[in-house]
Amino acid sequence: MKVTLKVWRQKNAKAAGAFKTYTSPELNPNMSFLEMLDVLNEELSNRGEEPIAFDHDCREGICGTCALVINGTPHGPQKGVTTCQTYMRSFKDGDQLVIEPWRAGPFPIIKDLVCDRKSFDRIQQAGGFITVRTGSAPDANSLPVPKEDSDLAMDAAQCIGCGACVAACKNASAMLFVAAKVSHLGLMPQGQPERYRRVKAMVEQMDTEGFGACTVTGSCEAVCPKQISLDFIARLNRDYAVSLLK
Amino acid sequence: MATLNSNIPSGPLSQKWENHKFSSKLINPANKRKYKIIVVGAGLAGSSTSATLAELGYEVHNFVFHDSPRRAHSVAAQGGINAAKNYQNDGDSVHRLFYDTIKGGDYRAREANVHRLAEVSVNIIDQCAAQGVPFAREYGGLLDNRSFGGAQVSRTFYARGQTGQQLLLGAYSALNKMIGAGGVISHTHSEMLDLVVVNGHAKGIIVRDLQTGVIHRHSADAIVLATGGYGNVFNLSTYARGSNVTASWRAYKRGATFSNPCYTQIHPTCIPVSGEYQSKLTLMSESLRNDGRIWVPKRKEDAQKAPADIAESDRDYYLERMYSAFGNLAPRDVASRAAKTVCDEGRGIGSTGLGVYLDFAESIKRLGEDKVRERYGNLFSMYHEITNENAYTSPMRIYPAVHYTMGGLWVDYNLMSNLPGLFVLGEANFSDHGANRLGASALMQGLSDGYFVLPSTIATYLSTVKTGGRPGTAIGEFKEAEENVQGFIRRATSGKGSRTPDSFHKQLGKLMWEYCGMARNKAGLEKAIGLISDLREEYRTNLRVLGDSDNWNQQLEKAGRVGDFIELGELMCRDALMREESCGGHFREEYQYTAADSEVQQGIVNAGDVKRRDEQFAFVAAWEFPGSADKAPILNKEPLVYEEVEMGTRSYK
Repeated sequence: MKVTLKVWRQKNAKAAGAFKTYTSPELNPNMSFLEMLDVLNEELSNRGEEPIAFDHDCREGICGTCALVINGTPHGPQKGVTTCQTYMRSFKDGDQLVIEPWRAGPFPIIKDLVCDRKSFDRIQQAGGFITVRTGSAPDANSLPVPKEDSDLAMDAAQCIGCGACVAACKNASAMLFVAAKVSHLGLMPQGQPERYRRVKAMVEQMDTEGFGACTVTGSCEAVCPKQISLDFIARLNRDYAVSLLK
Repeated sequence: MATLNSNIPSGPLSQKWENHKFSSKLINPANKRKYKIIVVGAGLAGSSTSATLAELGYEVHNFVFHDSPRRAHSVAAQGGINAAKNYQNDGDSVHRLFYDTIKGGDYRAREANVHRLAEVSVNIIDQCAAQGVPFAREYGGLLDNRSFGGAQVSRTFYARGQTGQQLLLGAYSALNKMIGAGGVISHTHSEMLDLVVVNGHAKGIIVRDLQTGVIHRHSADAIVLATGGYGNVFNLSTYARGSNVTASWRAYKRGATFSNPCYTQIHPTCIPVSGEYQSKLTLMSESLRNDGRIWVPKRKEDAQKAPADIAESDRDYYLERMYSAFGNLAPRDVASRAAKTVCDEGRGIGSTGLGVYLDFAESIKRLGEDKVRERYGNLFSMYHEITNENAYTSPMRIYPAVHYTMGGLWVDYNLMSNLPGLFVLGEANFSDHGANRLGASALMQGLSDGYFVLPSTIATYLSTVKTGGRPGTAIGEFKEAEENVQGFIRRATSGKGSRTPDSFHKQLGKLMWEYCGMARNKAGLEKAIGLISDLREEYRTNLRVLGDSDNWNQQLEKAGRVGDFIELGELMCRDALMREESCGGHFREEYQYTAADSEVQQGIVNAGDVKRRDEQFAFVAAWEFPGSADKAPILNKEPLVYEEVEMGTRSYK
């Protein structure tokens, strides 16, 4: 199979970007989307054109590095997977694929399809942790955690910090990301002492970074590769409201 | 020759760590903040140690080439983490975990380090649970366990199929706490490209800012490398594409010795290669072997039949047949080699003939599909995404792939390399797994080194360093190291040459897999050394990198890493050639048990199992850079002395 690619090319953060059209080499439907880009990049390099920059690392859907908008949808057409887990069999021979980076103010573009997501780190540095000094922890079984709570916390903890939720949102809101982090820790008994301080600090940092407001359209949930539930945003809102009364 | 003093404390094995902590010098709290420590890497070892050192009061600078510390490849570990908690009351203990690890490593690990690892394992689980890591739990709210390869007890803690991510998020949250508090300065998108050695001590690093291309010099009182393993030397592996050996390799070229580079772990359960374009092999967690049964057809004529058309009586559950005591839970090296053997016999399945079945039919009958889905659902869906096949209705196809490297920079008991001031943690060092690592032990080692060992042992070095004595970055050693880095960048981007870094990497990977993979022999290794040396020469003259060096340039990053892999590949082959024995993951075809051996006749091992030669090879090989890549590296040896365990024949029958 072959596809036509319209790819966003941008030299650096300051330069203006534009779409450039490429015809793919002959492809195998069992290739991953990123392997398709690898093959194209080898071909570009061999004819002296600079390869397309795109972010990737683990290529098994867990590190959260890959971040492409394919035909308008973050991580492409397949639900519940990352870009690296998208395979060419999801497309047809002759398809035109438009490939863009995440577009959001707090994720400035570094080059081509690569953006900078340090704002996510700063939100977590503001309070996304349970304060425990190394060496001071009690025996792990001294604090039983009901399985239902632990399982629900795990559902939230699956967030890989890719930022697709932000890329999908018309307001570039980071609420689903922050909700996942706040819910994971807030659902565990270990997380209770700092529960409200944590949510307040993280929401404030989220606002400082310039992420937009949430209007609960659910576009974030729809593209989340780990299918983090919108319910966690309700939990975040409730905890945040309580934190304001404290 | 390098000086290798393992600094193993005296006294009984089980008291060495306690005694060592007590007899080590302490640094007074007011002085700690005067010491600056550079930590490179933020996987389990790097994050946990950065956070802990900062809690203790040191000034810590953490460097990662990723955009965020949370992306390190520890994130991808699926199955679990071992700890000798004995919560299951099934006979586990610190001593048993220690013994299993020593035996699992085929008696090529350092005894004192492994015992410490087993001791510390119990603290790790406490630490992680307190951080809010959502480990799997039983209905009573207490922690759940499962069993893993190479052990007959259930000591593995897990968080669905993503234990690595959850532990890393725990360590990352500890790191974030200290970044937020100002104790750690985080440098992201910063790749270490050289080590600076001043008067024989590691005192700085040279770093390229990947966004701007600017080269920075950083000096410190001690340098910690937690930069992971080097399995990507094979190009195709379960490693992240960005994982590389560059930090370790540049340290080697500055005088740190590199130990046992040929000890590579080939993991038995990965999705087979599908085509030439392949960039990555995906692991299916070893935990699947708890409920999955591995088989191939008995007759090679059946190999291309659909699995459902092969009658039960025509299937060979070869691990259960060959290793009845451990069965499908045989250690990784044993299971991988057995898969290779049946495929070499022509009984491999799938279009390439390089595959075996991992079958859940019986478990689904016994437990129900829902229970299997609860345990392994994410792995089954990952398998489906990649292969477009449903493993609930037909068996998975799997084949071994490169997964971990036991070798790494040489370290003493304090985790310090032979270069004073340079410490090496986690997969990047060599000490704990011998010639084969058991499942669920990598996470344990990363966190043990990071949270508990280094924060204590680093004081033994720092107490000898005068506060305020850190060199400035304007001195000649820094200048020379920066020029070394700049020189490579200039040559790579000069526009000469015609081959991409990727094409070199692919060629190297194929060579390594063929001659230094699951089975090695003298003729093949000698041939590979010649071929790699030619490849190195071509790389020097015919590499081409497009784009410029003062912007984001992934091809330039890759070029440096591939150059290091080529040199490392040659050293791995030399190490494998020198080691005229088989042990763990290192299988030399010349050294295997045959039907004529008494151990086979007595039923202790099978014909074809690895055969060690303890009298000649019970040592750690520590290779020293001879000053030029064109000269042969210098072999140093650290003898392995076993005080507690008798070096026995490793039997899983």
